[in-house]
Amino acid sequence: MAVTTETTVMNNVEAVRTTLYEALKNDSRTLIMGEDVGPRGNVFLITKGFLDEFGPQRVLDTPLAEASIVGIAVGMAMEGLRPIAEIQFADFIFPAFNQIVGEAAKTRYRSNGDFTCPLVIRTPYGGGVRGSLSHSISVEALFYHVPGLKIVAPSTPADMKGLLNAAIDDPDPVLYLEHKKTYRLIKGEVPGGHYTIPIGKAAVRREGHQLTVVSYGLNVHQALEAANQLEADEALKVEVIDLRSIRPMDKQTILASVRKTRKLMIIHEDNKFGGIGAEISAMVAEEALFDLDAPICRLCGPDVPPMGYALPLEEEFMISTERMKQRMREMVKF
Amino acid sequence: MAKAPSAHAPAPAAAAAPHHELSKEQLRAIFRSMLLQRTVDNRGFQLNRQGKIPFAAGSEGHEAVQAGTGMAFQRGRDLLFPYYRDVGLCMASGFPTIEVFYSLFARAKDNGGGRQFPSHLTKKSAGIYSFSSIIAGHMTHAVGAAYALKYRNEHDRVAICTFGEGATSEGEWHEAMNFAGVQRLPIVFVCENNQWAISTPQEKQMAVKDVAIKAAGYGMEGVIIDGFDPIAVYDAVTTAREKAVSGGGPTLIEAKCYRFLSHTTDDDDRTYRSKEEVESHRKDDPVPRFERWLVEHGIVSPADVEALKKDVLREVNECTDAAEAEPYPQASELYTNLVEGAWEPWQ
Ligand SMILES: Cc1ncc(C[n+]2csc(CCOP(=O)(O)OP(=O)(O)O)c2C)c(N)n1
Repeated sequence: MAVTTETTVMNNVEAVRTTLYEALKNDSRTLIMGEDVGPRGNVFLITKGFLDEFGPQRVLDTPLAEASIVGIAVGMAMEGLRPIAEIQFADFIFPAFNQIVGEAAKTRYRSNGDFTCPLVIRTPYGGGVRGSLSHSISVEALFYHVPGLKIVAPSTPADMKGLLNAAIDDPDPVLYLEHKKTYRLIKGEVPGGHYTIPIGKAAVRREGHQLTVVSYGLNVHQALEAANQLEADEALKVEVIDLRSIRPMDKQTILASVRKTRKLMIIHEDNKFGGIGAEISAMVAEEALFDLDAPICRLCGPDVPPMGYALPLEEEFMISTERMKQRMREMVKF
Repeated sequence: MAKAPSAHAPAPAAAAAPHHELSKEQLRAIFRSMLLQRTVDNRGFQLNRQGKIPFAAGSEGHEAVQAGTGMAFQRGRDLLFPYYRDVGLCMASGFPTIEVFYSLFARAKDNGGGRQFPSHLTKKSAGIYSFSSIIAGHMTHAVGAAYALKYRNEHDRVAICTFGEGATSEGEWHEAMNFAGVQRLPIVFVCENNQWAISTPQEKQMAVKDVAIKAAGYGMEGVIIDGFDPIAVYDAVTTAREKAVSGGGPTLIEAKCYRFLSHTTDDDDRTYRSKEEVESHRKDDPVPRFERWLVEHGIVSPADVEALKKDVLREVNECTDAAEAEPYPQASELYTNLVEGAWEPWQ
């Protein structure tokens, strides 16, 4: 692989791969660790070829034990390395919950700054890829309750790179979520060289004055498509915000948009109850209730375990662009 | 060290003459560490009973394993991953006594800012790593740090990680041991087997008599020693340390000791174990046992012992008073050091 300074069109997998490669190239403290990241080059081939170039110490195939993947990375981070740990699928992150929530997110706080934990945990999440009950879930809501744990879920290749660089540079632990379905589906221009996108900043992807839609991950792309169609066919003007960072959350961008459009809709694939949309709704209700002209709408994954293997079960779980359009239209007309 | 008949009788191999000689000065330093640990322990319980501090964890019965391990720890080089019962080990490894008292009193000057329970010490500059309270949660941290030492080719450094026998039931304990074995990391694991995990005796914790045999499952050597004998502990940890720095990988040392006190000031051990059991172990109390041995071998005189005890008590008294006079952290400290800079600045 070569490092390029030019803008290149790539998909999300390639963006992650390029960023990881450059991180290993640029900083000898960085290393990648996880299950099957070595000769296999990760199950999605993200680290393919890295082993040959960087060696087994920096492209570390770990035993099949998630608690230790994160725990060992915490120890490395406390001791000055910059580990980038991988959980092969988000569905298997639970053994590491203790280390992420109980240890990594509290290292700086409990030692009052004596120790820090600059650690990135990457994991593919999300469905729509026939991943069945155990290779499809979204985990952001299970972690976003935790003070001190940064969570990002970029949706575009340029953001994948900028936010992964920001996560690697960050002096605190970051959970970096990659929606599997966007891996090869989503392509876009990615600037060459090292750049970062600040964690905690949302992006207004599309301007409009009739409805604010807040989303992240795969759903952002569908929401944009729905909004574009609604404008072309029905002249409706929907604003779409890509959250990008789930925590810290960009409250200002959401509130500024809602105060302009006076209507809020939140879309996420993760289960509705207690999801990210619940917090956004509560926050907007606290801060801007009297600016709203309609009840807040949450279009989310249903409250069943995500998601059946059989195609109709998967399709029923995932939010279709059609359903987005329909709810957006209802909201604008409310 | 000559051994009195003991419930902690070591395996025959470990009873052999130590390989690593200790100077008279080192032997006296070990003894002082043991006295200091015992005195600090007593003070913690006293302060709790006086209503001055809400909580203390004792370590009586662990003095030999901690002073011996602390003597083997190479200051300025090694990394220590202690658990909450290791105040003595931390002090023997360079943690200042006064700072133990900042922690006991939860004062602003505590390295953790008074956020954690007493005995959860942290001091990066001394190589002493912060422990969270989560049993065995620090095992993988020690392993990760040992990996970092190897990664950077810092061949003269090791990590030393301690824990109780209860910790060895945790899944993370096994994951850490496994990785250390696979990667042949420069790390020494020291199990302070005091036979109890709060109220749970060892036989309910595991189906084997010795923690040390678990090492076999991870491709490392397991060593059993008399945890009431600081010289045996020093010897075993030093041997394991030398093996680690020469690329020989990790060792699991099981130091058999006993917990003389309740688990913490919040526990009452009379509810689950007999006085007779505790007394039978008290007969081997490592502190007077080592004192007798030092006197018998002419390393200290009875007068030296008295002077040493007085000096330790003076130090502990001074530290108690000085720490008590310090202020608590400000309430506003609740919000600092969560992440670098501000966390969700809009909150
Ligand atoms: C993961 C976890 N579970 C439970 C506890 C509560 N707890 C604190 S100490 C302890 C017993 C530990 O025993 P052992 O590891 O043998 O160490 P000892 O206290 O005997 O030195 C328990 C159950 C805890 N701190 N962490």
